[in-house]
Amino acid sequence: MELININIEGHPYQVEKGMTILEAARKCGFEIPSLCAYNHGECSLASCRVCLVEAQEGQGPKRLVASCVYPVSEGMNVTISSPKATSARRTSVELLLSNHNRNCQECDKNGMCELLHVSKLTGARENMYPGAKTPVTVDQLTPSIKRDTSKCILCGRCIARCDAAHGLSVLGFEKRGFNTIVGPAENRSFKDSPCILCGQCTTVCPTGALMEVSEIDKVDEAFRLGKHVVVQVAPAVRASLGEEFGMKIGTPVTGKMIAALKRLGFERCYDVNFGADLTIMEEGTELLHRLTDGGTLPMITSCSPGWVNYAEYYYGDLLDHLSSCKSPHQMQGAIIKSYWAKQKGYDPKDVFVVSVMPCTAKKFEKDRPEMENENGKDVDAVLTTRELGKLIKRSGINFNKLPDEEWDQDIMGEYSGAGVIFGVTGGVMEAALRTVYYKLTNKEYGKIEFSEVRGNDAGIREASIDIDGTTVNVAIASGMRSARVLLDEIREGKSKYHFIEIMGCPGGCINGGGQSYVKPCFLPNEDDDILDTYKAKRANALYSEDERQVIRQSHNNSQIQELYKQFLGEPNSHLAHELLHTTYNKNRERFD
Amino acid sequence: MAKLSGEAIKVITEICDRYKDEETPLMMILSDIQKEYGYIPLEVQELVSEKTGIAVAEIYGVVTFYSFFSLKPKGKNVIGCCLGTACYVKGAQQVIDKFSELLGIKPGETSEDGLFTLDALRCIGACGIAPAVQINGTVYPKMSVDQVPGLIDLYKNEGAA
Repeated sequence: MELININIEGHPYQVEKGMTILEAARKCGFEIPSLCAYNHGECSLASCRVCLVEAQEGQGPKRLVASCVYPVSEGMNVTISSPKATSARRTSVELLLSNHNRNCQECDKNGMCELLHVSKLTGARENMYPGAKTPVTVDQLTPSIKRDTSKCILCGRCIARCDAAHGLSVLGFEKRGFNTIVGPAENRSFKDSPCILCGQCTTVCPTGALMEVSEIDKVDEAFRLGKHVVVQVAPAVRASLGEEFGMKIGTPVTGKMIAALKRLGFERCYDVNFGADLTIMEEGTELLHRLTDGGTLPMITSCSPGWVNYAEYYYGDLLDHLSSCKSPHQMQGAIIKSYWAKQKGYDPKDVFVVSVMPCTAKKFEKDRPEMENENGKDVDAVLTTRELGKLIKRSGINFNKLPDEEWDQDIMGEYSGAGVIFGVTGGVMEAALRTVYYKLTNKEYGKIEFSEVRGNDAGIREASIDIDGTTVNVAIASGMRSARVLLDEIREGKSKYHFIEIMGCPGGCINGGGQSYVKPCFLPNEDDDILDTYKAKRANALYSEDERQVIRQSHNNSQIQELYKQFLGEPNSHLAHELLHTTYNKNRERFD
Repeated sequence: MAKLSGEAIKVITEICDRYKDEETPLMMILSDIQKEYGYIPLEVQELVSEKTGIAVAEIYGVVTFYSFFSLKPKGKNVIGCCLGTACYVKGAQQVIDKFSELLGIKPGETSEDGLFTLDALRCIGACGIAPAVQINGTVYPKMSVDQVPGLIDLYKNEGAA
């Protein structure tokens, strides 16, 4: 690493050669605002011009440069605070605002908008450049993601994220000059584009241009109609929800979250971990059948609806490899509307199931025709982690002062540590291995944990697990860029794996498209490298909850055992197939 | 992609293959397709995407960025009126308005009989002979509104013959 000498605001610093001025200034304790630059140049189009500073090289002139792309050089003088630089940044923001839909008070992004933040930071003046506005497209035809170009500042972060995570580039710039917009080709709806609805774009959008489609109104309506409203929460939510209330990233808030849900008036609050345990029973059994009866291998997990969308769209020839299991919250919803409703003496039509998920694709998943039977939809509404935060805030609950409470314990309150780790890449695999090991050997895996499958990034991990002489080759991928490598191997007949876990979002659900925004400008108490570490921190929140559980394997969950005894019979039984399994369709008309 | 004929798929595949060793082949491929067919509809972009691995959204972005590329078929005669600064101050707007009026189409559109497409061009580098009009590659210098009807007739008759 070569160090060079630069001056920032008249102070000498040594910084790494090759850094941009923005990165170097951040390292030296300065904060230059930027809307387009993301972490480590994930997006570096220098399109927003909000990061302008004055830079002087050698005896050359002082010039305004975009610090997000301009590299530091030996002896460079950087000025951030000069009148020229501050007014240039202010003008950049004012120009962005001149073509922006300034309905800030009513905007869903209110409070987390980076444009509003830099407006304050730069001192942007009111209505400086009135004039024409670019024609607007608002797309909310999918149940998952809304695109509103009136709020888009053309920074390109969403384009870069879609490409970085999935290699998909569903979004792109189109047209030119004043008419430029960001959208799927031909300015189509996400509905008619090959988008997998993962929502990664919504996590990086600095404004309200890309957001989840809110379903809070649906939940309100269910309460108004006097339905029996049951809420179930995915494992990854507890690792992120605290961030909505200013807690440090990675703070597990399970107890407070349950307390909040109970105060919101839900008749029952359940953990989707129970559904995860159920998934393991079904999926583990399915895997054993495939291994012993010569079924299609490798088998691939099917919990992530973003991944399932991708499979149907891009690898329609490999759908036989997907486990037929529904995802945990769909399974649990189906059980709530059958087993639970029956026990309570309720008509399933009067039961309304709300899932809180780290995910935007789940909103689409719950509307699939396969996820519906004579009891109605398995799940009626899906809220993201962010929406749950909003729901709590508007209800007058002081989240941080809540006591820790417990899940309702009647018939699906128990869960294992294996269920908790479903929320992180490698977790479903590990949970499955814990149970498959037991099923094959009739004894528990001594170490409990399969650390070789753990991680929190998007890369591929693989392992060979020896189970009493049977070798099970497994692989894990998250993000479609990684998944594609494994899928192409299968397509070419070269795959050596028996079981593959694929999650849609890089790092798994802890980094899902519905999780709290990780925006350093709103996180003054986090470390500088938070964009590199937040996934690991959230993953640790889940692994530590796993460690605290007495029961660590899905098959040892006594309420799961009871559910099979009382209701389902055995894993993969006829009734289990009816309620808990699904089919895929490569020619899916995805939307009405 | 059902709309493309087998022949078209063959030709476009051949064009893509032509540049497969290029680091950034997209502009060359699109230029060749534009020259060959006169337009680049979305189905063709999807095929190019499949052949090159470049995302459709990106290809669409390039096609809509450059006025040289077209999403719709162009007419037999393409009239390009330069609206660059020099041409504009010399009255190019009146010239294009006259074409528009007589042909009954707006800039960017093609007449129903398929004979004429009217385009507004950015500077074509003919500032010395402003305002300049380009029809099928031939440049007409120092155009005036009065010359417009004659020029249309000239190409219309050529079209009939």
